[in-house]
Amino acid sequence: MLRFLGHRLIVSLPTVFLITIFVFVLQKLLPGDPVLAMAGDDRDPETLARLRDLYHLNEPIWKQYWLWLVDAAQGDLGRSIRTGIPVSDMIAQKLPVTIQLAIMSMIFAAVIGIPAGIISAVKKGTATDYVANVVALSGLSIPNFWLGIMLILLVSVKWQLLPASGYVPFFDDPIQSLRTMVMPAFVLGTALAASLMRHTRSAMLGVLRQDYVRTARAKGLSEREVILRHGFRNALTPVVTLLALLFGELIAGAVLTEQIFTIPGFGKMIVDAVFNRDYAVVQAVVLVTALGFILMNLLADTAYFLLNPRLRAG
Amino acid sequence: MTDPSAVADELDLEKPARSRVWGKFFRHYSALFGAALVAIFVILAALAPVLPIPDPAATDWGAVRQPPSAAHWLGTDEIGRDILSRMIWGGRASLMAGVVSVAIAIVIGVPLGILAGYFRGWTDAVISRCTEALLAIPFLILAIALAAFLGPSLTNAMIAIGIAATPVFIRLTRGQAINIAAEDYVESAHAIGLSTPIILRRYILPNVLPPILVQATLTVASAIIAEASLSFLGLGQQPPAPSWGAMLNTAKGFITQAPWMAWWPGIAIFLVVLGFNLLGDGLRDALDPRED
Repeated sequence: MLRFLGHRLIVSLPTVFLITIFVFVLQKLLPGDPVLAMAGDDRDPETLARLRDLYHLNEPIWKQYWLWLVDAAQGDLGRSIRTGIPVSDMIAQKLPVTIQLAIMSMIFAAVIGIPAGIISAVKKGTATDYVANVVALSGLSIPNFWLGIMLILLVSVKWQLLPASGYVPFFDDPIQSLRTMVMPAFVLGTALAASLMRHTRSAMLGVLRQDYVRTARAKGLSEREVILRHGFRNALTPVVTLLALLFGELIAGAVLTEQIFTIPGFGKMIVDAVFNRDYAVVQAVVLVTALGFILMNLLADTAYFLLNPRLRAG
Repeated sequence: MTDPSAVADELDLEKPARSRVWGKFFRHYSALFGAALVAIFVILAALAPVLPIPDPAATDWGAVRQPPSAAHWLGTDEIGRDILSRMIWGGRASLMAGVVSVAIAIVIGVPLGILAGYFRGWTDAVISRCTEALLAIPFLILAIALAAFLGPSLTNAMIAIGIAATPVFIRLTRGQAINIAAEDYVESAHAIGLSTPIILRRYILPNVLPPILVQATLTVASAIIAEASLSFLGLGQQPPAPSWGAMLNTAKGFITQAPWMAWWPGIAIFLVVLGFNLLGDGLRDALDPRED
């Protein structure tokens, strides 16, 4: 197990290295003098010189990268140009908000998507399967920011059931926190549920064709037992891997969802940073998201390893 | 010496497979429905300059935020512009963004994928590691970051979406190229002394294309949503030029007074994206020999 994890970690290192180069190069895409762009309206020569010094812009480019990398590796992702707050502190403050949103959406997606996928696979070719597929494809095609606007119009404005925006930390007031997050979680979870349904269906179809499923039926097990114990347990492995891959979609979806529902999370941070021309924050969000994705993949590989007895034995 | 491709042409080996694929596609009702949806939007967008609709930028202060009526079928917006006209012109921007960004991704991604899959070795290692690094950054986050650094405009949004979509095409083409490079006919082409560029162009490229066509159709759907998302955030099409995402961004501010401003762009994005998704699913089923 440790050897497996160690190997996966070493394999991810070149990817992490390339991501850091990419994130560093992003800053160099800025047209014109980056310091002028960073300083915004402040054209005071002293400020410009200080910024040039702060970002080591007088050094050769490889040295700039190296100094940036050393700082980033120590958790120093720079400071927000607007507020002066260290970017790592901003991320630490915003991330829990998005994690709560992500967990709630994942629960919603799993509760809807997995059973729908199983039912659709078991009833392949029937009207139920067809309807489930159409609903799933619609879920994938609906722009989530539009779904959000429509829900606000209906649920908050017309029926006045739930608040249209805002955020209450879960531990301050759990009920109010859930009330503010239900709609955003539904909006973010819709496309995930659709993805999850389609993948569960295809994994289940693959498994249900296997000989051991036929054997299970032949020995007289109930259909329920065949599907859940022999079918779903084996289809679970690719679904778990997919959950990790959905992490990217989740963060990207959070950007728009948080924007619509004015939730002060990690996703809204990148949009605010873009409009404030706070490039250090944009870079940090990209870096942290990519590292998060690699970590999720590592966890998925580990889960795959633990769920698959053949790999464990080998 | 006879050219192997000429032999294949003479024997007409390709044609039965092709007609089988089209036969399957035309029996796939949801794919045909998708194709029809896409066709309607493409025709409307193409005909925008000749259709009898008002100028999408013409304001009418006497008809601000009017609900749908005989004069304005889909209503008017916050400065009295005709929403139907803006929808049709906005469709041009959305469809163009979808197609152009996917074209960028294909033009960069397919050659890199073929090089990686055909030559293997260090070429493959370098290209694959870069692809993995880019794949680790979620599509929309990458597009937002690139659009932010390149500056907000429809052109930059298309470039950003195109670059963000490239890794998927590299990975897909690479996998296909590896399989095809191991086929007997490629070995034979080598044996009769055809040069590498000819082999790549004549044998590898045409055979990697079918799955790329499927991926391209599905990616146009994601790219249209991505363009709408960027424009919604203010990073794509800039006012007063219309785009569905930008229209939704404005509509958000008038949701209680003029909800129709938000209905139409959302419905249009949904239908056109659904169309491309159905079409892509249908093409995939038609090209998959296991679905026979």
